[in-house]
Amino acid sequence: MTSLIIESRFPDPDRAYRALIEAHRGLSDEDSAALNSALVLILANHIGDQTVLQEALALARQSLHQTQDGSV
Amino acid sequence: MNNRKTLFQFGYRRSADQDRPSPARHPVIVVGAGPVGLCTAIDLAQRGVSVVLLDDADRIGEGSRGICYAKRTLEILDRLGTARPCLERGVTWKLGKVFQRDDQLYAFDLLPEDGHKMPAFINLQQYYLEHALVERAAELPDLDIRWRNKVTGLMRRNDGVTLTVDTPEGAYELHADWVVAADGARSALRGMLGLDFRGEVFEDRFLIADVKMKGDFPPERWFWFDPPFHDGRSALLHKQPDDVWRIDLQLGPDADAKAEQAPERVIPRLRQMLGHEDFTLEWVSVYTFQCRRLERFVHGRVVFAGDAAHQVSPFGARGANSGIQDAENLAWKLALVVRGEAPARLIDTYDIERSAAADENIGHSTRSTDFIAPRSAQERRFRDATLALARHTPFAKRMVNSGRLSLPSTYESPLSTPDREAWSGSARLGAPLPDAPMRTRGGQPVWLLDTLGSEETIIHVPDGAPPPAGKRVLVIGDDLIDPEGHFARRFDATPGSTYLVRPDQHLAARWRHAAPAQIERASRRLRGFEGDCA
Repeated sequence: MTSLIIESRFPDPDRAYRALIEAHRGLSDEDSAALNSALVLILANHIGDQTVLQEALALARQSLHQTQDGSV
Repeated sequence: MNNRKTLFQFGYRRSADQDRPSPARHPVIVVGAGPVGLCTAIDLAQRGVSVVLLDDADRIGEGSRGICYAKRTLEILDRLGTARPCLERGVTWKLGKVFQRDDQLYAFDLLPEDGHKMPAFINLQQYYLEHALVERAAELPDLDIRWRNKVTGLMRRNDGVTLTVDTPEGAYELHADWVVAADGARSALRGMLGLDFRGEVFEDRFLIADVKMKGDFPPERWFWFDPPFHDGRSALLHKQPDDVWRIDLQLGPDADAKAEQAPERVIPRLRQMLGHEDFTLEWVSVYTFQCRRLERFVHGRVVFAGDAAHQVSPFGARGANSGIQDAENLAWKLALVVRGEAPARLIDTYDIERSAAADENIGHSTRSTDFIAPRSAQERRFRDATLALARHTPFAKRMVNSGRLSLPSTYESPLSTPDREAWSGSARLGAPLPDAPMRTRGGQPVWLLDTLGSEETIIHVPDGAPPPAGKRVLVIGDDLIDPEGHFARRFDATPGSTYLVRPDQHLAARWRHAAPAQIERASRRLRGFEGDCA
């Protein structure tokens, strides 16, 4: 059974991060949100595993509360 | 209050060259007596090349500027005879901590491995480094420093350069076979050649302050994202000698540089950060930065080094460190060329190797800046999501970027002879050799890098066959003992292993079993004679 991998997988994570930043450079906030939505759908399909998707969603939701709590 | 007190004062002295009927000719003139120019000149003079070092000032000012010197830089300074005063005075550190708000996200240890002569980093005000270098320079008979000698004109000729130099007693001319332009980010020589200096401009302003206080913070690098004392921005705290602390605060793109430097603005900010008012301001400045470089570092007989050739953001300590590595890369090549022991095209490999290093540094520093100073709402969301995830996931923790600290470049160079066999260990082709604790034949402890010095060297592990011939050969187990096996592990050494080391201590070639002709060919290659170099 597959489960969500949270270990670091990119040999150079800084470059991966930079690629995300560059993809958004020059976009309006609305376009950025649209781009991210498309990206999530593409990557979700690439993963193609409902369990992994659910785990990823749970982790993302958990981190969302963290940010909100943390910034009070 | 950008008050730069003069810390070390040097005198202008008239040179005999100023009284000559026609311009004196020197093999190498270095322009700019900052760390990069000084290192280049010292390295050349140690190699027996007579060198003139020109600087338009006559003092080392206060304002600590560059403060972090990395392990490789310290190894270079050691070879140049200046590491000891720097280490004695400097603050040795290797632990870093990253915070978000009040919470520590993680800590890192820069050099978990022992068996190295030099620490991962020291912090030291730049003026102390410059002073140590000037003192070393004064010991070298082949090095002639001329203060208040300002280059005002540059004329390129086929076989050299003519410089016009202004002094308090009027101008004079000098001929040079080679000129090293180490005259800093605002390089006048770059302007004289009309060269483009292109790259990315960053809009965020940062406040840099050196603060004197008796604090019980440990000697660690502390970085905050969104600190409680500086909402929504970033902050850095770093210890220097003399109870001085470097504080770096992100101000944002709209900050008023002049107003932010006023003590009535700075002091409350720092009071909030430090939780007390028991400190004095040593130096304050507001800066922005750019990541940019010259397209080529070599323009005929004029070679650019350090900030004159490339500029990075301060995140990651890549300015002075990469500049000193430029100096080391250039000095041995220039020395060989000036002495007629290598073709002039060897200098082109300085451009190849150090351009790649500059790109690496600019890349790292740009990516750190993206993370530290997000430019849009979306960039900030990516950044904040990474920080939030970093608390629970290793992948996000690894993505948090508060500055990737300077490591030496591994050159993919025409001077290297490609590996034909597989090697493990930490030694890498094109990289500086990892250090190792060794013993001499007589049992005295000695560091591997100390035994290499500044000369091309062959290191050989015996296997019963006669050891290779060469100008300098160190045989493991005979000339050098490897008592704890550090060398064997770091170099993946087996009987017969042979390593060819460049004069800058980078690995040029290695073999499991080397034929004399292979070593000879690799040695010619590292001096620019063979291969498709340049």
